[in-house]
Amino acid sequence: MSVVQTIAAQRGTERNGKRTTKLRTEGLTMVFKGDGADVRVLEDIHLEVSEGEFVCVLGPSGCGKSTLLNIAAGFLPPTHGQVWIDGEAVHGPDPRRIFVFQERGVFPWLTVEGNIGFGLFKLSKADRAGRIAHYIKLVGLQGFEQSYPQELSGGMKQRLEVARALAVNPDMLFLDEPFGALDSITRLIMRRELLRIWEAERKTIMFVTHDIEEAVQLADRVVVMSARPAKIQRIVEIDIPHPRDISSNRYLDLRDGIFEQIGLAHKV
Amino acid sequence: MSPSAQPMRWEKYAWPLFAGALLLATWYFSVKWSHTKIFPSPFDVGNGTAELIHKGVLANYVLDSLRRVALGYLGAALLAIPGGLFLGWYPAAAFVVNPTIQMLRPISPIAWIPVSIIWFGVGDMAAIYLIFLSSFFPIVVASMNGVRNVPSMYRRAGRNFGLSPAKLIARVVFPAALPQIIVGLRIALGIAWLVVVAAEMIAVDSGLGYLVIDSRNSGKRYDLVVAAMIMIGLTGLALDTIFRRVEKFKSVRWGFSNES
Repeated sequence: MSVVQTIAAQRGTERNGKRTTKLRTEGLTMVFKGDGADVRVLEDIHLEVSEGEFVCVLGPSGCGKSTLLNIAAGFLPPTHGQVWIDGEAVHGPDPRRIFVFQERGVFPWLTVEGNIGFGLFKLSKADRAGRIAHYIKLVGLQGFEQSYPQELSGGMKQRLEVARALAVNPDMLFLDEPFGALDSITRLIMRRELLRIWEAERKTIMFVTHDIEEAVQLADRVVVMSARPAKIQRIVEIDIPHPRDISSNRYLDLRDGIFEQIGLAHKV
Repeated sequence: MSPSAQPMRWEKYAWPLFAGALLLATWYFSVKWSHTKIFPSPFDVGNGTAELIHKGVLANYVLDSLRRVALGYLGAALLAIPGGLFLGWYPAAAFVVNPTIQMLRPISPIAWIPVSIIWFGVGDMAAIYLIFLSSFFPIVVASMNGVRNVPSMYRRAGRNFGLSPAKLIARVVFPAALPQIIVGLRIALGIAWLVVVAAEMIAVDSGLGYLVIDSRNSGKRYDLVVAAMIMIGLTGLALDTIFRRVEKFKSVRWGFSNES
């Protein structure tokens, strides 16, 4: 099924009201205890993400969007509120939902194969080898099976981390500015790769970024956050089928709308 | 040679050899021109070394010293690595024990000699115990700090994949801390080699330390004293070289980024 058809199909189920909720946050508030003053990072976040949806959480640096992602992944308990995934309350990390870190999340002491196989300790040796080979191919790291991360480029490391996450067959991915440390050309390539993989694997994706273009290029919906304490300012639906023409009027409209929303005149 | 210039292949060996030769020459002429009767010339030391080799003493003594270091050092590593991992993993335990460790750590192993002789008598065990003590603290501290410095990202990733705490330590925390643990092991080995010489001067009647003190006491054979010193230096260098090889293993080399 092509992405265009998939989106059309999703729209269809949406209209029939069948699209199931994957993740739901209820009144999430996060306060970090500092020396003296408490820091309010998140303020009453209500958010729903549907099964198979690609949601970008967009906001200025340090606004608390990474905190939101860490809470959703179960690494941090919120001060108030609750995260529900598949109707279950989240109380900790779970291999069904894998977090992909900003950079350097791969284990430098393991080879490419070792990293991808890291979460597969419950499988038999043969199954594990098959899974590893499949995901090495999916992210295009053939020929680097025995390489260590320090021998890979930044883009390859990030692809390795995505492969390690996908190998355990999670139904949801949390990506925390995964391409932030890459150069702009590699970043564009990685976005296309991620969309290709998303199309192939159909995971629910929550993707945190501070890059407006990135959000509009990737997401089904963009959740625009305010500065700290972060609240949801607006949720923008990106109704352009993939592959997206980033010079089309619709794309530019949506992008500029978000620029305005964040309070930036779109001029340098 | 400008600082940025890559040394030529021959220069890599020629210049260090030249420095060594210069030192030997200085030594030789100092002895010759000062007409000393006590301090040996390089040739005397060479002859002394040959005599030791001929009598079969040198190899035995080197092996004796190495055996004591191996026992004390490995014993220390066996206890200190798990201990350090434990203390790094449980900050509460470190909070309780760390002040004591930091107080014991600066006590020179030499100061322990009388105590270890009371406990173990004059003999091998006393020497091995001293080496154990001197190795233990650097390894335990390096392991503890190694665990503390593991980026939280690695722990989170490990937990995310559903690892039990025991598996998390074995598969994430230990390998992530390993480069620092290796640094501690290397420092400890250097100290152990320093301490074995001192221990052998007092507690036992074999080994390179014994050779130094015995050559002096029985007939002021300073040629043999210096021969033993040189042997101590060469063996220590060999141990360190072997250890540097360990740091080159790919699964730990990432932790030594400055020399990749």
